[in-house]
Amino acid sequence: MTPDKHTSAASDAAPATARPTLEVDRLNLSLKIDRHVVPIVTDISFSIAPGEAVALVGESGCGKSITASAILGLPPENATVTGKIVLNGRDIAGFSKNERRKLCGSEIGFIFQEPMTALHPTLTIGHQLTDTLRNNLGLSKKAAMDRAAELLDRVGIPRPRDILKGYVHELSGGMRQRVMIALAISCDPSLVIADEPTTALDVTIQAQVLDLLEDMRTEMNIAMLFITHDLEVVADFCERAVIMYAGDVVETGSSRAVVDQPVHPYTRGLLDAVPHKDGSTEKLTPIPGTVPQIGDWPKGCRFAPRCPRRSPQCELRPEVEPTKRGQVRCWHPLEETVQ
Amino acid sequence: MSEARPLVRVRNVCKSFGNVKAVRDVSFDVPTGKTFGIVGESGSGKSTVARLILRLVDLTEGKIEFDGTDLLSLKSGALRRQRQHMQMVFQDPFGSFNPRMTIRETLTEPLLVHDLGNEKSRNQRAAELLTEVGLPQKALDKFPHEFSGGQRQRIAVARALATDPQLIIADEPVSALDVSVQAQVLNLMRDLQVRLGTTMIFISHDLRVVQFMCDEIAVMYLGAIVEQGPRDRIYEAPAHPYTRALLSSAPGNGKQDGRRARLTGEIPSAHQVPTGCPFRSRCPLAFDRCANEVPKMYDVGGGQKALCHLLDTSEKAA
Repeated sequence: MTPDKHTSAASDAAPATARPTLEVDRLNLSLKIDRHVVPIVTDISFSIAPGEAVALVGESGCGKSITASAILGLPPENATVTGKIVLNGRDIAGFSKNERRKLCGSEIGFIFQEPMTALHPTLTIGHQLTDTLRNNLGLSKKAAMDRAAELLDRVGIPRPRDILKGYVHELSGGMRQRVMIALAISCDPSLVIADEPTTALDVTIQAQVLDLLEDMRTEMNIAMLFITHDLEVVADFCERAVIMYAGDVVETGSSRAVVDQPVHPYTRGLLDAVPHKDGSTEKLTPIPGTVPQIGDWPKGCRFAPRCPRRSPQCELRPEVEPTKRGQVRCWHPLEETVQ
Repeated sequence: MSEARPLVRVRNVCKSFGNVKAVRDVSFDVPTGKTFGIVGESGSGKSTVARLILRLVDLTEGKIEFDGTDLLSLKSGALRRQRQHMQMVFQDPFGSFNPRMTIRETLTEPLLVHDLGNEKSRNQRAAELLTEVGLPQKALDKFPHEFSGGQRQRIAVARALATDPQLIIADEPVSALDVSVQAQVLNLMRDLQVRLGTTMIFISHDLRVVQFMCDEIAVMYLGAIVEQGPRDRIYEAPAHPYTRALLSSAPGNGKQDGRRARLTGEIPSAHQVPTGCPFRSRCPLAFDRCANEVPKMYDVGGGQKALCHLLDTSEKAA
């Protein structure tokens, strides 16, 4: 409408001008295995504005879930995490375990792929929801129960009062994921981390849950980190995408740009590997080779051994360079980087 | 209609487990030398159909013919001989191998079971099969754990090909694989199918994968085939409301008007299948008749059929 709006939409490489909800700056995580220090994720940087959904995309073993665990403050026991994790202006990376635990459930909500493992099997759904509400918001038992019923109603669960008295195993996969979403948003968080929230669901149910997540995010102005391996979901549901390969961020940008005009050869490869959209039966173009074992990253550019554009230069590690619509870590991007 | 005899004929097949009807009145033909796709969500009965064709479970009602032979008439010895002509590729590349058998043993075992060839010819066949699926010869003396998921699925395909079967049933063969690797296995299966002319039944929940692989497709919902037809008809002119919903629910189809056409409600449990049309509890177009009467398969032309009262053109429909 106004020229002002127009310019902000065009420069979607940079997050909105408002203070981002989450800023991750040069996050590194390594694991200590048999006295060896194995680097798992290296120099991860991205930010999420209020109400924005950012996708963290990659195949299994690329380090996306462990990155989320570091942001949640729940990395594995043998992990060393360095770098800044700034939540609403405060660097929470240096917080004690107790302080971090207080953030989980109140300022940060989370949704896992498999609700059966995230929810307690022998506590009623009401018990689990009211526990969180009473601990974080100091509500009375009765007030917490009322609020829990409201929450279930809000995420589209029929007969919320009955469901509160029931157990997780009595629900279908889609309904369980709705309960997880209710729990995640119960204390009005500013950030929700969703790790493959719809991967285990059937297509028609996946569509419902994705719509629900989008509604919640826009209504409550929640910043969302959406972890997925599915670029199709990314294009439909996230504003920006961060593509990871072997513990590196290889490309970032608006999700439309990343899907329509990828700059990194890995992103291009991922898009070409899925069956053709137009139903053509031409041979698919797989990425040769396999994803390296986690932590066993190649030297220099980590994608080079599988890359069609590699050159001797790729034995050196590329730096992150800005592009027209985002950033890329590549010596031979598919589009010139901006100097 | 092609004049060639179908390799597999499934007629009015039902399968109940206790009082759960997993498969209800399913009929289809698998044309010889083609890939027949079965697509559906969880609980649709697609894997049960595969198991019925292999006679891993016995049907409750109906008839299945393989290459003109009524499978139900076979006694155990004859059935075992028949099975060398029908092989299977499973979803889980980690659970479908004996971890203590080398790849050579894995590939020669089907030949040994069916008493085909001698030791020398069997080993030769194993080497041939590895080349066929694009793995190096040195793989023969390795164990399954030394391979990645994609490589294991290649080995599973090689094992299925060992007895030179007429039919391969692949149940979600690429669902456990990462996209970059999935493409390698899909290309391989298509190439082999076309080159060897093996008939294939390909089962998946992934519409894009089925579209890439299959010539003829059946869409299943709650144990019934709701629509069936040639690939392009199903994707370009779906006739059943469920097929349409399934296609528009798949991510990446863009959100027309900002929102995709979505189905409300849950897939009912197999214990509580709705009366009349199984899809009516979620169908945006359901009307009175759908609750009272099980719809018939209506021909919509071009070899496409759908199970929906809306396609009834007789005077009763008005």
